[in-house]
Amino acid sequence: MDPVQAPGVYQGVANVIAAVMLLLEFGLLRQALARDQVRLYMAQSALISVLAIVIAADRNLPDLYALAALSAALKVVAVPLVMRRLLGRTDPDEGEEAPGVAGSQTLSPASAVLAGIVLAAFGFFCFGALGIHGSAAPVLALALAGAMMLVAFLLMIVRRDVASQAIGFFTLENSVSLAALVVAAGLPLILETAFLFDLLVAVVVFGMLIRTHHARAESLSTADLTRLRG
Amino acid sequence: MLGVILALLIVPLTASLAAALLPGSAKVGPVVTGTSGVASFGLVLVLVPAAAHHDLDYLSYLRVDALSAIFLLATGFLYAVVGIYSIGYIRHHGHGDRYARRFYAGFNLFAWAMLAAPMMSSLALVWIAVEITTVVSALLVAIEDTDGAAEAAWKYVLIASAGLSLGLLATVFAYFAGAQVLGEHYNLAIQPLIAAGPRLPATPVRLAFLLALLGYGTKVGLFPVHTWLPDAHSEAPTPVSALLSGSLLAVSLYAILRYYQFTAAALGSGFPRDALLAFGVASLLLAALYLFGQRDIKRLLAYSSIEHMGILAIGVSFGAPVALAGVMLHVLSHAAAKGNAFMGAGVFTVKYGTKQISNMRGVLDLLPWSGPLFLLAIFALSAMPPSGIFRSEFQIVAGGLDSGNYAAAAVLVVLVTVAFFGLTTASTRVLFTRAPRSLSAAAVGPSDRGEPSAWMVIPAVAGVAALFLLGLHPPAELTALISRAVTELGAAR
Repeated sequence: MDPVQAPGVYQGVANVIAAVMLLLEFGLLRQALARDQVRLYMAQSALISVLAIVIAADRNLPDLYALAALSAALKVVAVPLVMRRLLGRTDPDEGEEAPGVAGSQTLSPASAVLAGIVLAAFGFFCFGALGIHGSAAPVLALALAGAMMLVAFLLMIVRRDVASQAIGFFTLENSVSLAALVVAAGLPLILETAFLFDLLVAVVVFGMLIRTHHARAESLSTADLTRLRG
Repeated sequence: MLGVILALLIVPLTASLAAALLPGSAKVGPVVTGTSGVASFGLVLVLVPAAAHHDLDYLSYLRVDALSAIFLLATGFLYAVVGIYSIGYIRHHGHGDRYARRFYAGFNLFAWAMLAAPMMSSLALVWIAVEITTVVSALLVAIEDTDGAAEAAWKYVLIASAGLSLGLLATVFAYFAGAQVLGEHYNLAIQPLIAAGPRLPATPVRLAFLLALLGYGTKVGLFPVHTWLPDAHSEAPTPVSALLSGSLLAVSLYAILRYYQFTAAALGSGFPRDALLAFGVASLLLAALYLFGQRDIKRLLAYSSIEHMGILAIGVSFGAPVALAGVMLHVLSHAAAKGNAFMGAGVFTVKYGTKQISNMRGVLDLLPWSGPLFLLAIFALSAMPPSGIFRSEFQIVAGGLDSGNYAAAAVLVVLVTVAFFGLTTASTRVLFTRAPRSLSAAAVGPSDRGEPSAWMVIPAVAGVAALFLLGLHPPAELTALISRAVTELGAAR
């Protein structure tokens, strides 16, 4: 029988970062205030950049340093800025929560977290069982990315406000970025940059539609979006 | 041919910028949109004979082969006819200069992204182009500035973007599979992946295909991830609905076909064909049932689009060359027929001021051109001869029987017949029922006989001509193109 081997430094760091990102996703699921959700998203995005730097150093992929910087500029600075301004603009009294976000949970926080744990376990074991691993891919980090993805979907499902749904989508994108970093670290920089640019465009469009929605409904709640059926 | 491909990338983009930035958008927008649409279609026509005989590879990221040329042809044709149609539509819609500027800028940008997607050689760039189509078209859906439009746009952007995140994950796994054979610096080009075929690791390829089917399938409108589609199609301005239905859904299917190609090369075609069959039958069943009892004419046509995407998925799943040829022809015919149907529905909504089927009566009396043209489009969508869809569905069913999929072919015929009843019941009510006096007095009376605009009729005449051409006598170059596309799809097996 082979002795159990401790993971190398790179693998250990990658796994820890992935695990913390998943925990932050649970924090997002629990968090009732949109501003705090944006903060958690910032932290999660910063971890993605750290992971990119770790992989760049470990595997000698200088492209990834540039990617880490671009990713940080976009996801840690630009996206939260856009979201904050948007939430600020929709908020009549500075300092108060935008209407329609607080209390938008369809499940109680405890039930939502329980459902999240079940989904995360399902995703973790499914992705883990795939046995996808290359020189660059710690199986555990990929499985955690899978778990995070399902929790992000859950976040979008259990919230009835456009801000949380948008942040749910952005964290879904973070989980795909995590999977991409562990599985496809060598992807040419030009394509990675294009993906990020595309995210920027998506953020702007999400922002415009949130504003449109807020202007019409005077709330961020999606509870009234029930006109179109059948 | 590099010049033609580059021109095809530059012309719609320039038109979009011109419509957005030049002063006097109400005058500039229609001119640049019409010109860009016709010019783009001309450029695609120049590409067709070349693509029918060899692949066009340029600058390591641009590539046009027969398969991509088919989808370019569908998009190019619709861009031209709907571009001209939108001149009349926007003029009668009357929302002012700001609306016209935003509409024309977005419309051309949307067409640009849909033309760009099939010309990209890399799966990553195909994903980016499809994602751009989502964000641009979501804004176009929201442009009407009604409660319904805001709701439809939000659902659309959220569901389609979440779906495309799965598409991105599919791209990542495709890269992982390719990098195992082609090395770390592999740029996700499609051809090397197909060539690597059986050497690709099975699990990542299988996963990539399923994720792509679900992810891009969201934009194709496959069940159960179709829910955004009827809302967006019904709430968007009609020219955008026509492009969404005839072209965008097809372009998303194109992405799935690229995954199909290398999956079939790696694992054999059994697995991807089974998956496509399941999604195709479920979509067709859902659409056939939902076509009954629709009250909004654009929702009716949207469900018809889900039906036709189901037919395409089933056609690919049959795998026989004649079925694949039918699929290629169906992409073209559906673009022409659905474009025409939406253009007709757009004339009705302008004329009657409503989308509700129950408030539209006696169309054949009031609209001497649009009424019969709409009727022909509905007949075509129901696969009546001599339209192109009759020929393509006939080929698909023949391919099903040919490949021994008797049960699936029978299910296809039954569900298409059910859909036919649903579609024609609602349409004939609109066309042939005479308007009750109370309704005509309140809304539109017999004295209102006449078309709102010639700009909204001429493109539909072109669409009917294209449908008859495809059904009766497809040009030799097109037949050669379809044969080559079938070889490309089938050769991977």
